[in-house]
Amino acid sequence: MKKSVCLYFQVHQPTRLRLYRFFDIGKESHYYDDYTNRTILKRIATKCYLPMNELLLKAIKENEGNFKVAFSISGSALEQFDRYAPEVLDSFRALAATGCVEFLCETYYHSLASVASEAEFNHQVLKHKQAIEHYFGVTPVAFRNTELIYSDAIGKMAHKLGFKTILTEGARHILGQRSPNYVYTNDICERQKVLLRDYALSDDIAFRFSNKAWCEYPLTADKFAGWIKAKEGEIFNLFMDYETFGEHQSADSGIFDFMAALPKAILDAGMKFQNPTETASKHKAVASLSVPDPISWADEERDLTAWLGNELQQDAFNKLYGLQEKLSILDDASLWVDYGHLQESDHLYYMCTKFFSDGEIHQRFNPYNTPYEAFINYMNVLSDFIIRVNNAIAEKQ
Amino acid sequence: MFGWEFPPHIAGGLGTACEGIVKGLAYNGVETLFVMPSASGDEDQSATTIINASDVEVRNVSSTVDEFINKVKFMYVDSNLVPYVDPDEYFSAIEQMKKEGALETSVGFGQKFKFSGKYGANLMEEVARYAQVGGTIAMQHKDEFDVIHAHDWLTYLAGIAAKELTGKPLVVHVHATSYDRGDEKHIDTRVLDIETRGMMAADRVVTVSDLTRNIVINKYKIDPSKVVTVHNAVDFSGRENLEVERGVKDKVVTFLGRITFQKGPEYFIEAAAKVLKRTKNVRFVMAGSGDMMNRAIRQVARLGISDRFHFTGFLRGQDVQKMFALSDVYIMPSVSEPFGISPLEAMRSNVPSIISFQSGAAEVLKYALKVDFWDVDAMADDIYALLQYPALARFATRQGFDEVNELKWNGATAKLKKVYESLLNQQ
Repeated sequence: MKKSVCLYFQVHQPTRLRLYRFFDIGKESHYYDDYTNRTILKRIATKCYLPMNELLLKAIKENEGNFKVAFSISGSALEQFDRYAPEVLDSFRALAATGCVEFLCETYYHSLASVASEAEFNHQVLKHKQAIEHYFGVTPVAFRNTELIYSDAIGKMAHKLGFKTILTEGARHILGQRSPNYVYTNDICERQKVLLRDYALSDDIAFRFSNKAWCEYPLTADKFAGWIKAKEGEIFNLFMDYETFGEHQSADSGIFDFMAALPKAILDAGMKFQNPTETASKHKAVASLSVPDPISWADEERDLTAWLGNELQQDAFNKLYGLQEKLSILDDASLWVDYGHLQESDHLYYMCTKFFSDGEIHQRFNPYNTPYEAFINYMNVLSDFIIRVNNAIAEKQ
Repeated sequence: MFGWEFPPHIAGGLGTACEGIVKGLAYNGVETLFVMPSASGDEDQSATTIINASDVEVRNVSSTVDEFINKVKFMYVDSNLVPYVDPDEYFSAIEQMKKEGALETSVGFGQKFKFSGKYGANLMEEVARYAQVGGTIAMQHKDEFDVIHAHDWLTYLAGIAAKELTGKPLVVHVHATSYDRGDEKHIDTRVLDIETRGMMAADRVVTVSDLTRNIVINKYKIDPSKVVTVHNAVDFSGRENLEVERGVKDKVVTFLGRITFQKGPEYFIEAAAKVLKRTKNVRFVMAGSGDMMNRAIRQVARLGISDRFHFTGFLRGQDVQKMFALSDVYIMPSVSEPFGISPLEAMRSNVPSIISFQSGAAEVLKYALKVDFWDVDAMADDIYALLQYPALARFATRQGFDEVNELKWNGATAKLKKVYESLLNQQ
């Protein structure tokens, strides 16, 4: 059997909060920095989404269906495309129409619902599934959770919703001596196949590509294909943020040329492309994988500490999900929309205090000067939201 | 009179107090010449004549001062020297100075020195230069004054120089001491040295509270017979309380000040957590910034009360009034506070206040509730009582409002005038 390469790109944009002061609590219930959100989205659309979609579309056509990619686009990002850059949605639709592109399902708000509440998780996954059907006319059948957060239990929750394939990180502390380059099954839900990210190969593109101090610099498509060819295993999952192309790795780094050359380099080396669902169905699982505690693709730790590592994050998280019960008896659409946006994991990520190890990458996407500012602003917004929820409950009674 | 700042351009309470003092003295028939390092020209001179030290040429003035200047190393100041400075401004000044590197400055005789008049990184140098210029000014105006009055350590050297050159009596006014600025292990010995010299050289030491008087006597070893307390007052003339529409229905308990060790923020947080165990309809606000802010935020999160405990950051201008207008209880749990003017402002805004016994204000405010800063149970009790028992809150509000309106500079400066008179009678 030919070795297969699976490319999956994550598309997400947070709904950044505006500067929300104590004085606004109880008075102002518009929480978002629309100007910044619009500006950033338009910039990334120009630098990344539009040129990269065009490049992929061209590659699919040139290779007559032998080149395939998968996307997961968060609901928050879809909303922003719809509002600020509908041409991006059109270009994704054009990709969808080729039949070579798989769309994955995730929690609509790119949230941590999977570790907070099964009811909320189900709600958001179904909401996202409907959004993908609405925008692209396809029904997602494979699942990837926010930031590839996964545990046996999370896998099982997704399986209950019909997802037989799930993607996660090939975390070293889970795999031990085993290789991420095979298909595994969920330890407590054997019919679910688990695809693991090959973080070494993925990060060669996502993080190291433009690093001139890297001994492999510059990276060419042929060299990269050669590495995969030489590596043991059946499947090679290259999962990364879509913003890698043109945003994290700028256009002058040559990242677009690299990606334009990659499909042919892989195919010429006698390998093929497969999307996640195809990969899971065509390969036999070699073993089951036990993941009792949640893992993710973030930071060195590959766990949840980027979002829930300090007391600020934990208190914000607890206060947010402490509202679940109250909201469950309310059907006020505007409350549910805000509740969703406030669940975006980015808000917690901004409060991360791991300055010294992974601080650099955290800092790059952070609209706040310090985690404390992020926390204060978020809690002010959440306090207003809690007042609205309590008022709605009082009205109902 | 030697000061460091004067409204409208002030970083904290010292300038406001100086304005109250010169106005009160004018009311009591005492004329003042007010020397400050950097006047901008828009100061209100109806009650005093302002002399801008930046306009005066340096003369060789006093051996004491020259000796001091020779010892001053022109380095940036790396500790929080002054209690009245906006911490944001202070930290940014220090950062700026670190970036630019050490200063190379020298001023020859017969030149003017351009003072910043701030609490910036080259504060020590400015203090020394100010003394040189202060001596010069004293000689120029020798026949126009009877008493020299210097406000806080920044101006003590100028006061000493003026006294040496003119032989006139010196009053130093202690608004704060090094012991109020941090724990004893971290005291800046250069500041302590200037403070001690000033108090030693002075004919009278005026303190803003008996608490500060005790520090002056016990820590600086100053003869009690020359230390006099003149409590601070506050000038509310021309001030209208703001009407602000409330966003939150809950009661609001406010702390407003620098978030530093000596203000006791952690005791407030502990008390807040205790109150929240008993009642939910209350929010707590910590308004201000400072080196303990991040620690305070973590403490709040750890106690799990961050949906009820809010931080506003440093408040400027109208926002301070707005904050008072939104408050139901004001709290000042200071570990060490020479006076503490903020509860007076709160009470003037109809906000009943809880203050620590370890503040000078506690000596004059009968209608504020008082607790020891460390007694978080008592603090929680008082907060709860003011929130839950309207009769108590109404009483404390009404009486407190009347009380602070009576704390006028006219009265305080009458006492100051007596201090001057006693010195002149000695001569």
